[in-house]
Amino acid sequence: MSKRLFVKGNEAAAMGAVEAGCRYYFGYPITPQSDIPEYLSRELPKLDGEFIQAESEIGAINMLLGASACGRRAMTSSSSPGISLKQEGISYMAGAELPGVIINISRSGPGLGGIDASQADYFQAVKGGGHGGYHIPVLAPNSVQEMYDLTMHAFDLADLYRTPVMLLGDSVIGQMKEALVPNPRPVRELPEKSWAVRGKSNAEQRVVKSLFLGDGELEAHNWHLHAKYQVMKEKECISEEYETADADLLVVGFGSVSRIAHTAVAMAREAGLKAGLFRPVTLFPFPEQALQKAAARAGKVLVVELNTGQMVEDVRLSVAGAAKVSFYGRPPGAGSLPSPEELFEVIRKQYDQAS
Amino acid sequence: MRNDVLIAGFGGQGVLLAGNLLSYAAIDEGKNVSYFPAYGVEKRGGSATCTVVIADGAVGSPVVGQPSTLVVLNQASLDRFGARVRPNGICIVNSSLVDCSTLNRDDIRVVKVPMNEIATELGDLRMVNMVAMGAYVALTGVVDMTSLAAGLEQVLPERNHRFIPANLKAIEAGAQAALR
Repeated sequence: MSKRLFVKGNEAAAMGAVEAGCRYYFGYPITPQSDIPEYLSRELPKLDGEFIQAESEIGAINMLLGASACGRRAMTSSSSPGISLKQEGISYMAGAELPGVIINISRSGPGLGGIDASQADYFQAVKGGGHGGYHIPVLAPNSVQEMYDLTMHAFDLADLYRTPVMLLGDSVIGQMKEALVPNPRPVRELPEKSWAVRGKSNAEQRVVKSLFLGDGELEAHNWHLHAKYQVMKEKECISEEYETADADLLVVGFGSVSRIAHTAVAMAREAGLKAGLFRPVTLFPFPEQALQKAAARAGKVLVVELNTGQMVEDVRLSVAGAAKVSFYGRPPGAGSLPSPEELFEVIRKQYDQAS
Repeated sequence: MRNDVLIAGFGGQGVLLAGNLLSYAAIDEGKNVSYFPAYGVEKRGGSATCTVVIADGAVGSPVVGQPSTLVVLNQASLDRFGARVRPNGICIVNSSLVDCSTLNRDDIRVVKVPMNEIATELGDLRMVNMVAMGAYVALTGVVDMTSLAAGLEQVLPERNHRFIPANLKAIEAGAQAALR
């Protein structure tokens, strides 16, 4: 086993990218994710890689598109307003079926908002943030270790499904330091990049594009993309459960807030309340079936988010009436992060109403 | 074992370094640790806080509402966080700068340590954070003093390793003052 390091979540994600074989990074600094480009600007040149501080976020996402089209593992990262700027490029990558990893250490909005921890980019991330009707896999780490592990996983998913993949975190996950065991990248069988453009040669012509003008061509392409999303829904859902087996109240939260909820659920258990925690790790594909089962068992669901209610919509769709769903939201801003004690009080109120 | 501490002061007092030092010491002892700096638009002279959770099992929330221990290096931090200390908890106060008379808590233990004076006496006011960590570890026993010493090597850049002996003296002085 590798030695335990003590690093920031952002650094762990950058280290995971390097371990995954990413040698190309393009980005533009923005708080609270600048540790990622800082780390890679130092490490990639040592590995014969390229680090480019682009002229803008738009420049960076299009550089990612270019590196990916050449068959290289590449990444960009930013925070909410910067991710908004990248949406056009992400849509083009989704259309052209180009792999690539995009990290969003999100901050609060709308507009310039603030820099505090926020989960208000959920809709943008999971519903296809750019134009044209697509989805990309979205992973939501809740620890420094997962920042490392899921970044590696993101690169594999990207190559496996030929799609951009997003890691969605916030300043709690990005700025927090925890122990990290930098395990080697898991070996996974991945398809040849037989579509990548490699320059002039005698081989057959390869074209990477998102423009389909032939009769019926674009419709077929859209159904092809749709079919990929269905496979992802079947094969790539990840979720985690804590004390759910006999729970009467199922708390659902992702990312940073799931850590706070974890302690709140432990406090509830100590107080004799049968609460449990369900944490979606993949936000797209959303772990509908696992959630449906756990929710139906509990009968009552409490969704907690650092926004005014986004994932709760997917929870309601998944639960499909099998449980009563309520919501507790803490829109972002300085001093808005709920404490475990506050969430425990919310759990207790919900629990009392249930019984 | 699960122990949490909120360390607070103003920017420049070494609050974040203190939290890092404690974290490295606990990591060295094989414990689970989360170090969470308050992340706002902070600047020198503004407020600086960090939360460190040390546990044998899962850390759980890196965010703590009611810390079992509060270490305050300036008045503003006591005024802001004093009411939050968990009942039966400890509040370690830098009595050189902080007046505790407004803290109406008889359900917690308040330990006053003249940190600025101690650090200045040892030759450098900037070691006020080390005095604070010495006091904290002496009162709680969360990590061994020897682990703090080992932690210094990891938390300080190599060019500053020559200051380690002085810092160890400050840690020791803080410990003695807290137990007095």
